[in-house]
Amino acid sequence: MSSTKFILGCFEDPDQMMDGITKLQKNSIPIYDVYTPMPIHGIEAKLGVKESRLGYAAFCCGCIGATVIFSIVYYTLVHDWPMNIGGKPNFSIPNFVPFTFEWTILFTAFGMVATFFAATHLFPGRAPRVMDLRATDDRFVIAVDAKGNVPHDDITRLLEEAGAVEVKHNKRKYVSYDE
Amino acid sequence: MASHSESIIREPLITGKNITYAQITNEVLAPVENKPNMAWWIGFVLSVMGASVWLFSISWTFWYGIGEWGLNKTVGWAWDITGFVWWVGIGHAGTLISAVLLIFRQNWRNSINRSAEAMTIFAVICAATYIFGHMGRVWLAYWTLPLPNQFGSLWVNWNSALMMDVFAISTYFSVSLVFWYTGLLPDIASIRDRATGLRRRIYSIMSFGWTGSVKTWQRFETVSLILAGISTPLVLSVHTIVSFDFATSLEPGWHTTIFPPYFVAGAIFSGFAMVQTLLLIARKVLGLENYITMFHIESMNKIIVLTGSVVGVAYITEFFIAWYSGVEYEQYAFINRATGPYWWAYWSMMTCNVITPQLFWFKKIRINIPLSWVLSIIVNIGMWFERFVIIVTSLHRDYLPSSWVMFYPTWTDVGIFVGSIGFFFVMFLLFLRVLPSVAMAEVKLLLKTSSEQAKKKLIDEGHLDPTHVDDYVTSLEKYDSVDLTQYHKA
Repeated sequence: MSSTKFILGCFEDPDQMMDGITKLQKNSIPIYDVYTPMPIHGIEAKLGVKESRLGYAAFCCGCIGATVIFSIVYYTLVHDWPMNIGGKPNFSIPNFVPFTFEWTILFTAFGMVATFFAATHLFPGRAPRVMDLRATDDRFVIAVDAKGNVPHDDITRLLEEAGAVEVKHNKRKYVSYDE
Repeated sequence: MASHSESIIREPLITGKNITYAQITNEVLAPVENKPNMAWWIGFVLSVMGASVWLFSISWTFWYGIGEWGLNKTVGWAWDITGFVWWVGIGHAGTLISAVLLIFRQNWRNSINRSAEAMTIFAVICAATYIFGHMGRVWLAYWTLPLPNQFGSLWVNWNSALMMDVFAISTYFSVSLVFWYTGLLPDIASIRDRATGLRRRIYSIMSFGWTGSVKTWQRFETVSLILAGISTPLVLSVHTIVSFDFATSLEPGWHTTIFPPYFVAGAIFSGFAMVQTLLLIARKVLGLENYITMFHIESMNKIIVLTGSVVGVAYITEFFIAWYSGVEYEQYAFINRATGPYWWAYWSMMTCNVITPQLFWFKKIRINIPLSWVLSIIVNIGMWFERFVIIVTSLHRDYLPSSWVMFYPTWTDVGIFVGSIGFFFVMFLLFLRVLPSVAMAEVKLLLKTSSEQAKKKLIDEGHLDPTHVDDYVTSLEKYDSVDLTQYHKA
């Protein structure tokens, strides 16, 4: 039994990496994940990544923000302590607009970004689970889970055919930062 | 990637012959990973000297109170609010570049958005110091927040435009910060994976564990786009609200409906000028000429001439409406601006903001780096005068001639303003040392489609009608990196 956990195909060129994905898919080899130094457009359709629902999260957070601040302004200015300021009506909606608008945006931004971090497991100090250090620099890396996907030589050959500059047989899942 | 196609005769967004992804990382991270050069040290020492002037003047103000400023019973707002509006205005270009240009798919923003956003953050910090300073008793700043309190059931006055300011500026700052930092994550991860020891640990914490997997990138782009979508109206609202500070009053010269769009245009104008001032130096000192190209400089100059013209039209409209309204106080306010004791400030504003930017109609000036730099500084000066003219000339003579006075700044006023520029540059120079000043991931995205080498490859492969190759070659002549002999074979 081979001790290889993951097979990584490292490409120099994003087009060749896309070709590599096609080749693996044609041979019914499941891809674990792909790591790139920049966003690659069109790859999510190829890999079947579901469309993001962050827009809904943003909308909900915005609604909450608008409601919260409108309620605060209403409670303080109309209900709790109505002040006569220059004879203006207490419930003057035009004056509420700037506050409501600002907090809608504030809640949208913070709520959505927090959702994004939670959904993609990002938070300050999280140990980076990087498979190849150059994936954040200049390498486009396809990771294939080696277990159950044998023979490994076929995977290696397919990746090399697609133009991989290096194929790694890693015994560990992630690069260790402590070495 | 292959689905992207861009016209070959469009000017390239990245110049240089054999740029690779690794080279982009190396060049952008060079200032972060190496010791700073002499130019950086000179700038830093000068800025620290400026910042210490700021620290001293602001501490002096907090200790003795704002009586140390040149304010008097009539002119209750002067250099401080001038400085505040000036800095907030400068901040606006950063969000404009990162948000509006992203929505409109203007890829040339990719090389400059990072430093422009950083500029926004630092400019808004500088603006905030004026607000806190002007409060006098800064330790009570939290009274501006709607907190349950012990003074009876008193709440903040929601009808006040100054209260709207509190919400607008704090929202603007925090949303800009989130936008900026989220965009930084992939690039911080790049630094982390190249660093060792303590630096790796620090950048590891800062990178939030970014790996660059497909799903993260896809979500990241969604987040960027939605943030851009909400930041665009935000940036317009913020300067509109800042203009309400004046427009909702009954002061002649302030009480005008043109203020919101006019302030927004002025903000973009001054912000782009500051981006130009910073980047023309940064590209040279950091060796980023291939990423911040003449095309970027020219595009920003075009925005400066556009917004400068909008501001010019606004000045003339103000004058016209003052006359057309038939309100004598309003009419006097404007005649006083142009011919009264502060005429020099008014005409400095007109010269710097309306006349000199028009030179950018000439292409030769638009693509001239030293001239662009000088003109950008002139715009910065002019926009400071604009705020000074609006504030001081309107206040020093209003309805009651018996209270007409002049405003003279004290050394504390001058120290806080000059010092805040030093403080701003300290922050900006430190940013250049610890974080990538160009959004690497976004620039890498352009390499295969919009770079000079990608276009040359297309020509070599015969995708361009040979008769058009000459046009392309001519259009490239202004780039330093281009060796034209390489194109003639095509």
